[in-house]
Amino acid sequence: MNIIIAGDGKVGSTLARQLSVEGYDITLIDSDPQVLKDTGDRLDVLVIHGNCAAMNVLLQAGVREADLLIAVTTADEVNLLCCTTAHGINPKLHTIARIRNPEYSEQIFAMRDVFALSMAVNPEQQAAVEIERLLKFPGFLRRDTFAKGKVQIVELRIAPGSKLCNTQLTDMPAIVKCRVLVCAVLRGGNAITPGGDFVLREGDRIFVTAPTENLTIMLKNLGILTRRARRVVLCGGGRVSFYLAKLLRKDGVSVQIIDSDPRRCRELAELLPGVDVVCADAANQVALEEEGAANCDALVTLTGLDEVNMIVSLYGASRSIPQIITKLTHMENRNITDSLALGSIVCPKELCCNDIIRYVRALRNQTGAAISLSTIADGQAEAVEFLVDKTTRNCGKPLRELKLKPNVRIASITHGAKTEVPGGDSVYREGDSLVAVTSGQGILQQINDIFA
Amino acid sequence: MNYKMIGRFLAQTLFVVILFMIPALMISLWCGETDAVRGFLLAMAVMALVDGVLWLLCRAAPSAFHAREGFVCVALSWIIMSLFGCLPFYISGAIPTFIDAFFETVSGFTTTGASILSDVESLANGLKYWRSFTHWLGGMGVLVFLLAINPGGGKSSGFTMHLLRAESPGPNVAKLVPKMRKTAAILYLIYIGLTILDIIFLLLGNMPMLDAVCTAFGTAGTGGFGVKNDSIAGYSNYIQWVTTVFMLLFGVNFSCYYLLLLREFRGVFKDEELRLYLGIIGCSILLIVLDLRGYYASLSETVRYAAFQVTSIITTTGFATTDFDLWPSFSKTILLCLMVVGACAGSTGGGIKVARVLLIFKSLRRNIRQIMHPRSVQVIRSSNQVVDERIVDNTNAYLAAYVIIFVFSVIAVSLDGFSTGTNVSAVLACFNNIGPGLEAVGPSCNFSGFSVFSKLVLILDMLAGRLEIFPILVLFSRGTWKRS
Repeated sequence: MNIIIAGDGKVGSTLARQLSVEGYDITLIDSDPQVLKDTGDRLDVLVIHGNCAAMNVLLQAGVREADLLIAVTTADEVNLLCCTTAHGINPKLHTIARIRNPEYSEQIFAMRDVFALSMAVNPEQQAAVEIERLLKFPGFLRRDTFAKGKVQIVELRIAPGSKLCNTQLTDMPAIVKCRVLVCAVLRGGNAITPGGDFVLREGDRIFVTAPTENLTIMLKNLGILTRRARRVVLCGGGRVSFYLAKLLRKDGVSVQIIDSDPRRCRELAELLPGVDVVCADAANQVALEEEGAANCDALVTLTGLDEVNMIVSLYGASRSIPQIITKLTHMENRNITDSLALGSIVCPKELCCNDIIRYVRALRNQTGAAISLSTIADGQAEAVEFLVDKTTRNCGKPLRELKLKPNVRIASITHGAKTEVPGGDSVYREGDSLVAVTSGQGILQQINDIFA
Repeated sequence: MNYKMIGRFLAQTLFVVILFMIPALMISLWCGETDAVRGFLLAMAVMALVDGVLWLLCRAAPSAFHAREGFVCVALSWIIMSLFGCLPFYISGAIPTFIDAFFETVSGFTTTGASILSDVESLANGLKYWRSFTHWLGGMGVLVFLLAINPGGGKSSGFTMHLLRAESPGPNVAKLVPKMRKTAAILYLIYIGLTILDIIFLLLGNMPMLDAVCTAFGTAGTGGFGVKNDSIAGYSNYIQWVTTVFMLLFGVNFSCYYLLLLREFRGVFKDEELRLYLGIIGCSILLIVLDLRGYYASLSETVRYAAFQVTSIITTTGFATTDFDLWPSFSKTILLCLMVVGACAGSTGGGIKVARVLLIFKSLRRNIRQIMHPRSVQVIRSSNQVVDERIVDNTNAYLAAYVIIFVFSVIAVSLDGFSTGTNVSAVLACFNNIGPGLEAVGPSCNFSGFSVFSKLVLILDMLAGRLEIFPILVLFSRGTWKRS
C-alpha cells in the first residue's frame, strides 16, 4: 500500500518510521530540505521536497497511485488544502488531516465531504479526552478501551506497601476479589509477559485487563482512592487545557487554569464561562499557593515546556495532591522520567500516531487483520483487537490446549454484549472479538499470528 | 471641527420640527384658537427664516465627520430644537415668561414631563397636542428620525453611527441591521406601531380622541405630560391598566421587539437586562403593596396604584394616578431608588438604565474577587456575551459623572431654600427624565416655584439625562472647540 505523508515533523516522522517498519511504501513531503535529509538517511522512505498542497509536488509524490494521504504539517489550512487537492487528483484516495484549531472543529465535522476528509485528527483534543478519562477513574496511570468500550486495559503502579507487593499472580484474584488478568508488566524498563507463577514487586507497572465493573471492585479492594476529582488545576493555557476545561465543566468539575500570558488568560476567560483563570507563572510556588492550587484534587500540567511540566508535577507530588497528570512531548526520555513522581503521563502526539496507525490497519481490510491497536508499556508492548472469523484457527477449543507464541496473552474475549476475562477453559467462537497483548512489536498483524 | 456639517444637521433638525408643527397648527385652526394659531405661525416663520439662513451658510460642507462632531451635533440640535420649539407657548401667551416656556419644552423633548403649568386643562388644544408631541419626538430622538428619512441614506457613510450612538440611550449602542437608515427606520416603525396600538386601546376605553393621542405620546416617549391636572387619576381603571402595560412595554429595549419580530424568542428570554427589569418591577410592586396595607379600600385598588406608580417611575414616564407623596416613607424611598435605576437601555426611558446597573454590580463583584485572587483573570458577561472592557470602564465613568452632576445640581438648586427632599427629588426627577418628584415638586405640584437659575440648572440636567451626560460634557469641554 502506498502512503504519502505530508509534513516531516514529530508526528510525520514517527508515523513514517512505524508504517515503514510494518511494510508500507512511504513517501514523505516537506518544505524543509534539511529535516528531509535527516529522515531520509534514517528511514527507508522516499522523500520529496516542496509544498505539499501544490499539485505538481503531489503528482511528483505519486498521488495518482497512492492509497492514503496523511497531512500533518503545522498549518491546518495547508493540511486541508493538501487533502482537498490530492482527492481532486485521485478520487479513490483516503485522506487524513490533522486539524488543531478549535474554531474549525465544527465545520470539519459538518463539511468533511466538501473537504474530502476520510478522517480528521486533533492531538490536543484526543489528549484532553484521554486526560478526562484518567480523571474520571483516579488510580490508573493510563486507560485504553477496546471492543467499543467494553474492555479496558489499565496501567497501575505497585506502590510501596501495596497489597500486591510480592504476590504471585495466581493469588491476585483472591486479593482483589474479582477476575482480572495481568497481561503485561513493565519492570526496569523491560516489558514482560507474565506467567501464573510471576511474582509482583514494588515499583512494577502492571497492565490489567478486565470488564469495567471489575476494575472498580479491584480499585476498592486495593485501597486505592476512587473519589472523582472535584477541583482540578490545569497549568498552562494551551489548546489541551481549553478542550479539557470544556469537558470537565460539562461534568460539573471546578476548573482553574493557570497561564502566564495575560492576553491568553483574557481569551480563555472569554471562551470558558465558569472557569477560574489565573494569570501567573505556574513554576512560581508562591503564586500557586496563593491561588489555592495546592488544595486541589488533581493537578494537570500542560504547558508547552516538558521541563516546566515536570517541575510543577514534582511540586504537586511534594504537596501530596491525590492525582497528577503530566503532558510530555519528548517520549524518548521515558526511562528517565519513569523514576520521577510525575503521575500519569500523556503525550498528545503519541495518541495521534496511534489513532492514525489504527486507521491504516483497518484500511488494509484483510480478513483477520487487527481492527485496533494501542501501544502500551512505553511502546514496548501492544494490545491488538481482532475479530474471530471463518479463517481463524482453533475456534471452540479451550485456551489451555492452544499453543500461543511465548510473549502473547489473550487478554479478553467478548461474546456479543458479554465480556469474559479468559481462563484455561474459555473458548472463542466466530463473531467474538478478542484482545491479545504481546510484548513484541509489530508481530501481530493477523489473528492467526498469535499461534506459535 | 466641521461647523458646516453640524450646521446642515441643525438646519435639517429645525426643518423636521417645522414639519411636525403643522398638525398642531391644524388642530388649533380647527378649534378656532386664534392665540395659538398666531403663536404657531409666527414660530414657524421665525424657524423657517433661521433654517434658510443656516442652509445657505452651510451649503458646501466638507464630509469629515467624527465622534466629536457627532456628540456636539446631537447636543446642539437638542438645545436649538427646544429653543425654537418653545416659541408657540411664548408667542401665544400661554406661558408668559420665556424661561418657563423653554423649561416646559426641554421637559417635553427630553421626555421628562416636569411642568411649570398649574392648570394644564386651560391650555389650547393645539398647544396641548404640541406639548405631548415633543415627548413622542424626543423619546426615540429627532436625529434618529432624520437618519430614518435621510434621502441619501442608501449610500450614507458610516459617520451617522456617531449620531445614533450619541442620541440613543444605553452603554452599548449597536445597529440592528447593516444599514443605518434601515436600523433607524426599524426602530421608528416599532415605535409608531406600539404608539398606534396604545391609542387604539385607549380609544376602546372611551377616552376622547385628543386625550388618547396625547396620553399615548406621553406613554410612548416615557414623558409624562398629562392633559388633565390630575394626570391619569381621573380616568377609568381600564385606562390606568392600559397605560401601566404600555409604559412597561416602552421601557423595554427596542431590540427585544426586533428579535420578537424575527421570532427569535430565545434571545429575548435570555436577555439578562429584561429579566432584571421585570424582576425589579415585580419586587417593587410587591414591597409597596405590603407597605400600603390599609391605605386603600381593597387589595385590587392597592395593586393598581402600586403597579401604576412603580412602572411610571422606573420607566421614567412620570404619570400619576395618586399622590404618592402621601405614601409611607418606605414606599417613597423605593420610588426614589427606582428613579435612579431607570428603564432598559435602548428604550425611550431615562435614568442610569438597568443594563448599566447590572454592569456596575458585576464589575463591583469582580473587583471584590480580584482582591481575594489578585492574579485571577475575569471577564464580565451579560446574557452570556463577553462585555468589552471599554464598555465596563465607560459605565463606571458614567456613574461617576452621574454622581458628580447630581451633587452639584442639588447644591445649586438648594439656593432657592426649599426642603432637602424637594431639592434632591427635583434634581432626580429632572436628571432621570421622570417629571414629578416629592414634597414641593410632588405629583400634585409643579416646578414653577423655582428661580430662573434653578430652572436653568434643571434644564441642563434634563438634557444631560436624556442624552446620557457625555454629549453635554463634550459640548462644554474646552478641548472640543480647540483646533486640532
